[in-house]
Amino acid sequence: MTSIDAVVIGCSAGGLQALKQILPTLCPTRAVPVLVACHTASDDLRGLCDLLSAVSAWPVREAREREIAAPGVIQMAPSGYHLLVERSGELSLSIDPRVSFARPSIDVLFESAAIAYGTRLVGVVMTGANHDGAQGLARVRHGGGIGVIQDPDEAEVDVMPRAALAQAGADQVLPLVRIGPFVSRLIDQRSEP
Amino acid sequence: MSDDTGALQAAALERFIDAAKRRHGLDLSGYARASLQRRVQQMAERDGHADIDALSAAVEAGATQVDHLISSLSVPVTEMFRNPSVFSALREMVLPMLASWPHITIWQAGCATGEEVYSLAILLHEAGLYDRCQIFATDFNEAALAKAQDGIFPARDARMWSQNYQRAGGQASLGDYYHAAYDHIRLDARLKANIHFAHHNLVTDGVFCEAQLVLCRNVLIYFNRELQHQVLQRFRDSLVRGGYLCLGNRESIHTAPAARDLVAVDADARIYRLASS
Ligand SMILES: C[S@@+](CC[C@H](N)C(=O)[O-])C[C@H]1O[C@@H](n2cnc3c(N)ncnc32)[C@H](O)[C@@H]1O
Repeated sequence: MTSIDAVVIGCSAGGLQALKQILPTLCPTRAVPVLVACHTASDDLRGLCDLLSAVSAWPVREAREREIAAPGVIQMAPSGYHLLVERSGELSLSIDPRVSFARPSIDVLFESAAIAYGTRLVGVVMTGANHDGAQGLARVRHGGGIGVIQDPDEAEVDVMPRAALAQAGADQVLPLVRIGPFVSRLIDQRSEP
Repeated sequence: MSDDTGALQAAALERFIDAAKRRHGLDLSGYARASLQRRVQQMAERDGHADIDALSAAVEAGATQVDHLISSLSVPVTEMFRNPSVFSALREMVLPMLASWPHITIWQAGCATGEEVYSLAILLHEAGLYDRCQIFATDFNEAALAKAQDGIFPARDARMWSQNYQRAGGQASLGDYYHAAYDHIRLDARLKANIHFAHHNLVTDGVFCEAQLVLCRNVLIYFNRELQHQVLQRFRDSLVRGGYLCLGNRESIHTAPAARDLVAVDADARIYRLASS
């Protein structure tokens, strides 16, 4: 079994609450990078990152271009920029046009991560009011990565998880409380020799 | 499906980069790959090719024009007064210093369709400096440059731009600077008088002019670190002593050798000054 070397998470409306719920239990023994695209309105993510850091197992920071996707750190796409990850593990930003009305776009992040990590990737799509992430999760799964979707029945806004389910399908459909433990277990199981 | 899907896609991109270089002398090797991958893929689809390799074959066969490649791959996404706080920082901290030079030369690199350089022209006008300025706005995308030269923009953007202008501390109303007609706005010709739009490729062309202010926002993010360093060095070499450099809000000079000579004037607004000795 190949190891899991990165986790990408996408969320929109209701996303902040969802992140608050899953990040505390995303705490595998083996540290991997976690990249997040969340459509937030605020220009300055500092407050948001502090808030999430306080409850998360790992520190939460705004992603900076040309920085390495660091294991054990949760890096968030800055507002107004797409976040992408290179095959070298370096992070890139772009102001290419909005995708599904969104920048950062979950599709853009997931697609780049699928190319960078292939089978060594987990993608998680959660609550949101548009279709962003559906195409991206399809790419993740097509590349052999694991796709997890928040159970649409419990999502604050179910449009995004439903769209992802319809277009990409999922390896797991889970309520928020089980996403962190599931992903953590997967990472640790896969890293056993 | 296996881990190799990504490797195959990445390899196809490298072949495309080679083809563009061989056939057109267009050097894309210093571009960050992830966003380039996406754009080349989209270009292949738009042009009706099955995949990136088919596009590369067309390039090799000489079936594409270099301007078509550039306009398909470059991203002239911009707006007026993007990040208003940067423009208020320029207004408050940079313009008063520029006022001490009898002639002011400004180089805006990566001007895209021109919204940013016109924003700057408005600031200079309101500070009473415009008539002393010579502004060079450059890009390697000819189609974008032509639009910039026209100064005609979709009216639907004007409302957001007005808000940006107000937040940037605008002294009048943005509407004073354009004529609205149907679905577009036409910028006032007096804003254009001292702006020279020109083709310049940051990868291959040298120092463009000697400037008191170099503005280059949201271009370096598309480059790998090595190319960023090279281009920053070129900007540094373009600046007169005491001259200013302004980059995009999420760009930085940290690791660049040129950073040694550049002092942050406003770190948040990414405004730096070339040390005087
Ligand atoms: C995203 S736009 C930035 C526009 C504007 N500065 C802003 O921040 O709103 C990037 C621009 O950089 C230009 N560009 C990219 N590579 C370039 C190169 N090698 N030489 C000159 N311009 C380049 C593109 O054509 C595009 O117009």
